[in-house]
Amino acid sequence: MTADLIAVVLLLAVTAYACAGGTDYGAGFWDLTAGGTERGRRPRWLIDHAMAPVWEVNNVWLIFVLVMMWTGFPVLFQTVFSAMWLPLALAVVGMVLRGAGFALRKPSRQLAGRRLYGALFAVASLVTPFFLGAAVGGIASERVAPGTEASADIWTSPTSLVFGLVAVATTAFLGSVFLTGDARRFDAPDLVDYFRRRALCSLAVLTVLAVVTGFVTHEDAPYVWRGLTHGLGLFFVVLAGAAALVTVFMLLRPPSTWMRVTAIGVVASAVIAWGMAQRPYLLPTSLTVADAAGSPATLTWLAIVTLVALVLVMPAVALLYWLDARGELEELTDAELRGGSSTTGDGPSPGL
Amino acid sequence: MSTSLHLLADAPAQLLPARELMAFTLASHIILVPLGVAFPFITLVMHYRGLRRKDATALLLARRWSAVMAVQFALGIVTGTVLSFEFGLLWPGLMGRWGDVFGIGFGVEAWAFFLEAVLIAIYLYGWRRLKPRTHFLLGLPLPFAALLGAFGILAANSWMNTPQGFSLDSGGNPVDVNVWKAIFTPMFGPQYWHFVVAMVLTAGFVVAGVYATGWLRGRRDRYHRLGFAVPFTIAAVATPVQFVLGDSIARSVFHKQPVKFAALEIVWQTDTRVPEYLFGRLHEDGTVSGGIKIPLLDSVLAGFSPDTKVVGLTSVPADQRPTATQATIAHWAFDIMVLIGSVLVLLALWYGFVWLRHRRLPASAWFYRSAACAGVASVVAVECGWIATEVGRQPWIVYQNMRVAEAVTSTRSTTLWIMLAVVMVVYVFLFGSFLVILLKMRTRWRLTDLQQASADTGPPEEDLPYGPRAPVPVGDVPAGDGPPAGDGAGQSGGDRP
Repeated sequence: MTADLIAVVLLLAVTAYACAGGTDYGAGFWDLTAGGTERGRRPRWLIDHAMAPVWEVNNVWLIFVLVMMWTGFPVLFQTVFSAMWLPLALAVVGMVLRGAGFALRKPSRQLAGRRLYGALFAVASLVTPFFLGAAVGGIASERVAPGTEASADIWTSPTSLVFGLVAVATTAFLGSVFLTGDARRFDAPDLVDYFRRRALCSLAVLTVLAVVTGFVTHEDAPYVWRGLTHGLGLFFVVLAGAAALVTVFMLLRPPSTWMRVTAIGVVASAVIAWGMAQRPYLLPTSLTVADAAGSPATLTWLAIVTLVALVLVMPAVALLYWLDARGELEELTDAELRGGSSTTGDGPSPGL
Repeated sequence: MSTSLHLLADAPAQLLPARELMAFTLASHIILVPLGVAFPFITLVMHYRGLRRKDATALLLARRWSAVMAVQFALGIVTGTVLSFEFGLLWPGLMGRWGDVFGIGFGVEAWAFFLEAVLIAIYLYGWRRLKPRTHFLLGLPLPFAALLGAFGILAANSWMNTPQGFSLDSGGNPVDVNVWKAIFTPMFGPQYWHFVVAMVLTAGFVVAGVYATGWLRGRRDRYHRLGFAVPFTIAAVATPVQFVLGDSIARSVFHKQPVKFAALEIVWQTDTRVPEYLFGRLHEDGTVSGGIKIPLLDSVLAGFSPDTKVVGLTSVPADQRPTATQATIAHWAFDIMVLIGSVLVLLALWYGFVWLRHRRLPASAWFYRSAACAGVASVVAVECGWIATEVGRQPWIVYQNMRVAEAVTSTRSTTLWIMLAVVMVVYVFLFGSFLVILLKMRTRWRLTDLQQASADTGPPEEDLPYGPRAPVPVGDVPAGDGPPAGDGAGQSGGDRP
C-alpha cells in the first residue's frame, strides 16, 4: 500500500522533472539552433533572462527522483544504474557541462568565452535529455531486469533511440511554448512569433515521433504497448492528445498563460501514461512495485518526509514561480555591483 | 565472512578506478561545500548590518557576495548531481542493499536542498525589485535550509561509520528497519556539529582571506576592512568552539570506532600507556618510522589517564582493518587537520586579544599574511577531515557490514578509467573557469570602484541599492544594433550577447 503510494510519488516526481527540466533543456535546444552570434542574439538574450532565476530549481527535481529511487526502491536503483550505466553516465556528463556552461556564460564578458560556454550549454542541453530518454526506453522495452549485466550497448535498442528522440522533441516543444510566454512578458513581440512558430513545428515533430513510438513499442515493448492501448494508460494517451490539440489552438491565438498549462498537460499526461502502462511493474515483466519496495518503515517515513517537505517547499516554490512570473526577480546588473548610484560616473547608460 | 575473505584476496579490478573517481569528484565538491553551507549566513550577517546601520558599503559587499554565491551555488549543484549519479554508477551494491536503511537522510537532504535552491534564487534575484525588508526576510531561512541539508548528508555518512537500526535476515539482507535509529547513530551528533562549525569557520576564513590579501596589497579602505572583519569575526568565534568539538569527536571515534581510532593514531597493539605519534609512518610489521613520539599522550587524550587502554589495529583480523598504508594516510590527514585547527585557534586568539585590548583590527602585516593563508588552510583541513574519516573506515563501506569491494559496480575497469579521465578534464575546466570568472569579477569591481572614487558626486550614504532606480533593462532589448560594445561600464550584464 505504502509502496504503491511511493511509486505514485516517484512517478509524479519524474513527471515534474520532465516538465520543469524539459522546459529548461528546451531553452538550451533553441539556444543551439538560434544561429550565429548576430542572428541568434535576441533569442539567446531572452533565453538567458527567462531561465536564469529558475533553472537550478528545475534541475533539483532530478535529485529528488534519484533519492526516491534508492530509498524507496533500492533494487530498482541498483538495476537501472547497473544496466543503463552508459547512457546515464553520458547524461550526467552532459548535465555537468550544461549547468556549468550556463552558470559561467552569464558572468563572462568576452565574446569568445560566452561562445564557448554557450556552445557547451546548448550541445549538452540536447545530449542530456536524449540519453535520459534512452535509459527510460531501455526500461520500457524490458531490457533492464534485476541481474542484467552492465553492458555498453544495451541501450541501443529501437525503443531507446526513439524514446531519446521523443525526449529531445518534448524539451524543444516545452521550451518554445514557455519562451513564447516569456517573450510576451519581456515585451518582445517579434520573439513571440519566433517561438510560436517553433512551438508549432516541434509539436508537429513530436506528433510524428509519437506515431513512430507507437509502431516501435508495438514490436519492441509489448507490455508497455498493451498498457498504452488499454485502460488508464489509454486514457492518459488520449488526454495527452487532447491537450496537444488545445495547445495548437492556444498557439494560434494571442499568447496567454493557458498555453503553458496545456503544454504541461501534454507532457505530464504522456509521462503518466507510460507509468500507468507499466503497472504493476517498475521494470516491465521483471520487477513489480511490491517486489522492489524497501523496508515498510522506511517507506512510511519517506511518505512522511515527502508530506512535510511538500508543506515546507511547495509554498516556497509557488512563491518563486509567482515572483518570477510577475517579473519581480531581476538579476543584479553591473551598475548595482559598482557601489554607486546609477547616476554617478558615466551618466544614464545606453543599456539601462 | 568467507566470501569477504575471498573478495579481499582478489579485489575486483574496477575497485581502484571506481574509488579514485568517487574520491576525485567528492574532493572537488567538498571545496564548494563550506561556501554553499555557510556563505549565505555570512552574507546575511553583512546584509543585516547594511540594513540596520544604513551602511552602503556593507550592502555593496552583500550584493557582490551574492553574485559570487550565484556562480558557486550553480557549480555546487552540478558537482552534487554527479555524486548522486555515482552512487548508482559506481556503488550499486551499496544502494541496492542498504538504500532503504540509510537513504531517508538523503530524502531529507533532497528536500532541504530543494528549499535552499528556491530561497537562493529568490534572494539572488530579489535585490532589485523586492522591498528591502521583504528581501532580507525571504533570505533569512537560507542558513536553516543549509543546516537541514547537512543533517541529511551527515546522517547518511555517520550511518556508514556506525550502522544501526536494522537486523539481518538469513540471507544477510537488512530487515526490521528502524529509521529513527538509523538516522541518529552514535556518530551522528559529533559528526554533525563538527561539520557545521567546520563549514562556518572555513567559509569565514576563505572570504576574509580574500580581503586580507587586499590589505597586504595596500587596499585598506573601509570596504576592505569591513569585508575582512565580518567573516573573520564569525570564523574567529567558531574556531575555539571547533577545537572543543574536534577533541570530543576524536573521543567519540575512540569509543564507537576503535579500529578507526587506532588507524588515526597508528596504534598497532592494544595497550595502556600508548604514546602519541605526530606524523610518522606505519609499516606492515607494526613498526613506526619517523615522526615525533610523545610518551603516554595518546592514552591521556583518549581517556584523560595514562592507564587508558587503547585498542590497536591488530585487535581485528588483517582483512577487517585498514592496511598500514591506509592507516598512515588517515593518520597524516588527521594530524594535518589537528595542526591546522590549532594554528587557527592561535590566530583567532590573536584577533580576539587585539580587539578586546584596542577595539580595532590587528595592524601587523604578519597577522594578515596568516589570515590570507587561513582560508586555504581551512579548506585543506576540511579535506583532511574527510580523508581521515573515509580512509580510516577501510575496508568497509558500511562499517562491519559491507566491504567497498562488495559494493562496487561490475562495469569494466577500462571504462571506469576512461570516465575518470573525462571527469578530470571536465572538472579542471570547470574549476579553472570558476576561478577565472571570480578573478574577472574582482577586476571589474576594482576598476569600477576606482572610477567611482574619482568621479564621486554625492555622499555614499545616499547610494543605497534599494529605492527608485533606472528602469529595468527588459523593455530595451538590444535590437540588432545594440549599444556600442566599447561602453561596457553602464551596460547591464545580461543583455550582452
